[in-house]
Amino acid sequence: MSIFELFINNFPRLMSGLWVTIYVTLIALAIAAVLGICFGLMLISSNRILRGIAKVYVAIIRGTPIIVQAFFIYFGIPNVTGVRLDATTAGIITLSLNAGAYSAELVRGGIQSVPKGQMEAARSLGLSKSQAMTQVILPQAIRIMLPSIVNQCIITLKDSSILSVIGLTELTQTGRLIIANNFESFKMWIIVAIMYLIPILILTKISQTIEKRLKIGKN
Amino acid sequence: MAKIEVKNLKKSFDDLEVLKDINLEVEEGEVICVIGPSGSGKSTMLRCINALEESTGGTIIVDDNDITDKNGDIDLYRQNIGMVFQQFNLFPHKSVLENVMMAPVTLKLKTKEEAEETARNLLKRVGLAEKADSMPSELSGGQQQRVAIARALAMNPDVMLFDEPTSALDPEMVGEVLNVMKELAQEGMTMVVVTHEMGFAREVADRVIFIDDGFIVEEGPPQEVFNNPQNDRTKDFLNKVL
Repeated sequence: MSIFELFINNFPRLMSGLWVTIYVTLIALAIAAVLGICFGLMLISSNRILRGIAKVYVAIIRGTPIIVQAFFIYFGIPNVTGVRLDATTAGIITLSLNAGAYSAELVRGGIQSVPKGQMEAARSLGLSKSQAMTQVILPQAIRIMLPSIVNQCIITLKDSSILSVIGLTELTQTGRLIIANNFESFKMWIIVAIMYLIPILILTKISQTIEKRLKIGKN
Repeated sequence: MAKIEVKNLKKSFDDLEVLKDINLEVEEGEVICVIGPSGSGKSTMLRCINALEESTGGTIIVDDNDITDKNGDIDLYRQNIGMVFQQFNLFPHKSVLENVMMAPVTLKLKTKEEAEETARNLLKRVGLAEKADSMPSELSGGQQQRVAIARALAMNPDVMLFDEPTSALDPEMVGEVLNVMKELAQEGMTMVVVTHEMGFAREVADRVIFIDDGFIVEEGPPQEVFNNPQNDRTKDFLNKVL
C-alpha cells in the first residue's frame, strides 16, 4: 500500500487523533496563559510568600520530566484520593501545569525586559501599579515575549504526544494503534510526523506575520 | 504655606547614606535649580519628592499632602506633581498624542475628547502640534523631551520636577527644551530642576541650591551663589563647571 492509500484508509482515525491533540493543546494553552500571567506576576512580586510559591511551582515543573508529571497525575494522585481522572482531563492538567510554569518564566522575563523608567513614568503621572502594568508594561512586554510565546505553543503541541503514555488517543497514540494492526510503521510514522508538522508550520507563519506587523507599528 | 516642604529628609540605600539631612521650602511659583557633583544626592532628593524613592526619614509635604505618610494615597498625590526624566521615558508603543492623553483618560479625569483637545493644545505649546500622530521613536531627543513635558502637564500639576532633563540630549537640542521650561517658569509654575545647565540656572532660577554629600551646602539667588559663593565646596564645584 502506498503512503497515500494508507493515509486515506486511516483518515477518520488519524483526524480524530489530530483533533484530540489540537483541542487538548488549545485548552491547555488557555489555562497555561492564565497560570503564566498569575505566576509570572508572582515571580516579580514584592511579597516574599507569593514569590516563594511561584518559585517552587516553576522549580518543580521544570525540574521533573513531563512524563513523570503525567504518571503522577493520572496514576499517583488517584492512588491516594481514590478518584480516577479520565485520560483527557489528566492530560490537560499535566500539559497546563507544564506550559504554565514555562510561561510564568516568559512573563517574568518579558516584564523585566521593559525598562524601569517606563514604570516610573507611569507612576509619576498618578497611575496605580496595576494601571501602569496594564497600560504601559504588559503591552510592551507582550511584544517582546511574542516569539517565545509561539515557541511555547509549539513545544506544548509536541509535548501532548507524551500523553499517549496514559492512554490518551491523541495523534501519536492513534498512530501506534494503527501500526499495531497493519505493521506499516515506516510509512505511518511519516504520516504522523507530517500531521504534526503542518499545524506547527502554520503557527510559525502566523507569528512571523504578527511580528512583522508589530514592528511596523513601532516605527 | 509653602508649596513644597522638605524637613529632615534622609535616604539610605542599604548602608549608603545618600541624603543626610535635607531641609527645603519651595514657595508657589518659585523656580529652584538644584546643582551639585554627581552622586551628591540631588536626583535622589527630587525622586523622594514624588516618592519614586521611599525616604528613610523626615517628612515631605507637597500642597498639604504628606508624601511620606505610608497610609496616604500616593497615586492621588502624584497626580499633582509632574515629573520629567533624563531619559524621557515616553511610552514607545503609543503615539505622541496617546502619550499625552493616556494618564487623564486612564484615571478618568477627562473624556477621550477632552483629553485629546488638551493634548493637542499642550503639543502646540511645546511646538510639536504636527507630530501628534508620530511614534516617539520617530522624534529627536529634544522633541521627545518636549513631549514628555507636555505629558506631565496634561495632568495639570501644581508642581513640576525635572531630573536632569537635558543631560541625555545632543548639544544642539538642549536649547529647545530649556526654552519650553523657561516659558513654563514665566507662566508661574512651581519648579524644582536638577540640572548641569548653569546658564539656565543663572537666568531662570529664583533660588539655586548646591547639594554635596547629602546636605544642602549653600543656597541663595543665582547671582549670589554663582558670583559670590561662601562655601569652599561650592567654590570648588563652580570652578570646575563654569
